[in-house]
Amino acid sequence: MESPILIEIRNLKTHFYLDEGTVQAVNGVDFTIHQHKTLCVVGESGCGKSVTARSILQIVDQPGRIVEGEILYHRPDRLAAFSRRDAMSNENGSNDSNDSNGSETTEIIDLAALNPRGREIREIRGQDISMIFQEPMTSLSPIHTVGNQITEAITLHTDLLEDEAKEHAIELLRRVGIPRPDERFDTYPFELSGGMRQRVMIAMALSCNPALLIADEPTTAVDVTTQAQILELLEELQDEFGMAIMLITHDLGVVAEMADDVVVMYLGQVVERGDVDSIFHDPKHPYTQALLKSIPRLGVSRNRQRLDSIRGMVPDPYNRPTGCMFGPRCDHFMPGRCDAVNPPAIQLGPEREVNCLLYEEE
Amino acid sequence: MSAQLTNGSQHTTSKNNSATADNVLLDVRNLQKWFPISAGFFRRTVGHVKAVDDISFQVLQGETVGLVGESGCGKTTAGRCILRAYDLTGGQILFQDHDGEMVDLAPLTNNEMKPFRQQVRMIFQDPFNSLNPRMPVIDIVGDPLRINKVVAGKELEDRVASLLAKVGLRPEYMRRYPHAFSGGERQRIGIARALALDPRLVVADEAVSALDVSVRAQILNLIKDLQEEFDLTYLFVSHDLSVIEYICDRVVVMYVGKIVEVAETEELFAQPFHPYTEALLSAVPNPDPRNRQQKARIVLEGDVADPANPPSGCYFHPRCRYVQDQCSQETPELRQIAPGHFAACHFAEELTLAGVTASGELG
Repeated sequence: MESPILIEIRNLKTHFYLDEGTVQAVNGVDFTIHQHKTLCVVGESGCGKSVTARSILQIVDQPGRIVEGEILYHRPDRLAAFSRRDAMSNENGSNDSNDSNGSETTEIIDLAALNPRGREIREIRGQDISMIFQEPMTSLSPIHTVGNQITEAITLHTDLLEDEAKEHAIELLRRVGIPRPDERFDTYPFELSGGMRQRVMIAMALSCNPALLIADEPTTAVDVTTQAQILELLEELQDEFGMAIMLITHDLGVVAEMADDVVVMYLGQVVERGDVDSIFHDPKHPYTQALLKSIPRLGVSRNRQRLDSIRGMVPDPYNRPTGCMFGPRCDHFMPGRCDAVNPPAIQLGPEREVNCLLYEEE
Repeated sequence: MSAQLTNGSQHTTSKNNSATADNVLLDVRNLQKWFPISAGFFRRTVGHVKAVDDISFQVLQGETVGLVGESGCGKTTAGRCILRAYDLTGGQILFQDHDGEMVDLAPLTNNEMKPFRQQVRMIFQDPFNSLNPRMPVIDIVGDPLRINKVVAGKELEDRVASLLAKVGLRPEYMRRYPHAFSGGERQRIGIARALALDPRLVVADEAVSALDVSVRAQILNLIKDLQEEFDLTYLFVSHDLSVIEYICDRVVVMYVGKIVEVAETEELFAQPFHPYTEALLSAVPNPDPRNRQQKARIVLEGDVADPANPPSGCYFHPRCRYVQDQCSQETPELRQIAPGHFAACHFAEELTLAGVTASGELG
């Protein structure tokens, strides 16, 4: 059974206007995020995965801006209505969202059309949609205590009082697995380890029980054993709070562990999307296929002499190839066709698309 | 190539390599590197961060040894000590010179080190910070040749050109500056620089960690090809177990400044003897969604111990699933459990730990 749509991105284009030229960081991206599901966006650096996420929250850095497209946010009723206070005083109140269904969605907001500095988007940030970043040290304020930063988010978006907010914050810190949360409430980020900081970020992001948590490479800066802890925690919290997760990563291992649906991006465009099993076991796009072949796998790669690598490198963003972005590195390149047309999305099934002319029906 | 290991001053030699003593290129004995912690107005030393605390291992001619562990385990410090980028707190670094004699690098002065600096080279992690942005490639790669007066003039240019060709770059680009290259290409420049002086040992410190997946495979293949071509020996420092498994013959696992396990790669991954190695293997995300359910991931509690204030006994005991009373009291010695397979755990023989099977599942 499909769960209702939460975010629908249509033909999103985010460009950066620099002196050297225009960087088309995101150039015509379409995908959907469903409620309570985990969507992984995977791609190499420069493919536009982070910019897509930032576009959703309208926090694209200058001189970038959304030039085209829609980001339709189907706001669940629970958030549209408010009753934030009930949802929070009741421990399991978060589970309310679990029985939401399509009919409950009343409000559709185009986030792309909102003023990045306006009141509306600021209400959505942190409350409906929150985000955690790769490097928790640089995204937490070094001069405020951890507790201070979490309660700020809570008091801003709810009508809880200061000490109620503190109580809630300590509860959250406990929930994300921080030992002795009442003591840690008064510590500064530099006193915590990388894994603990990331947990604080997660606690802050979940403080208002958002419908969507965007996690931009949340485990790239931490060790493997810490990564395992954080991923496990995110899964648990998703079961408990019922939020959707948009996980941005370049690590295919993390995708395989976490995702329900996968979007593969290359140079600002989606090349393939589908459920996690078909992406890993029946990849269609030559880029996805090559990417999967090029990763060393524990156990499997032991006997293999060489890794299959993708030749060449990601092209310069100022100097994008014509036609298919992956064309110059593709083994199935068809001269005259692949360099002429930018391949459209070809439907292979429900929620299964590939942008490659190989699958075009004649 | 079987593992050989020195334990204190006495040799613990496995049975089939007593004849390979002249094969040993690098013999690290009881290496220690402590960083002082100073405090107070007079900056008095109040304690030490024991970044590397009494580690011993050997690297044989022509093999690739992996140093693996989490951040703060001392793997990078160990690599830098071997290059003598740091002065040691204690221990010996025996390196086989061209005549086959073992020379201790530890007490050498900078001048005495010079000939060895040509033989032991390094590849760095970050291809952006490790190349001087104001030097064209020809200088970056050619400077070691010029400084050591190996070649000069037109010959130098030819040498650089052939080095660039070897690492897969176009020699025409040698007048360009680093900013004109992508991350993968810069890493190739770094590799060309490391190879310029025909080194015998290359320390690669997280050489592929900063690269994208598709480029990483290219560089890993290149590192392997160059080893065959130049008969190189690598000390490959990395936190990425799948990369270690792919590239290394033997693996040294470190935890908080100490070696916890040493074995041939295949052995270590199939049958770890130390609980930390087991947990590390189980934490690696498996790139197959179908293995998701079967997998009983071991999630370690807490954080890596603080090397300035390590726990008593076995450093791993506060996080270990199999902890017993003895663990918090006695520090386990690194000892041989199976031929060529060493582990520092009191209960290594009794525990049955899970490794990774050939299909990539945890077995």
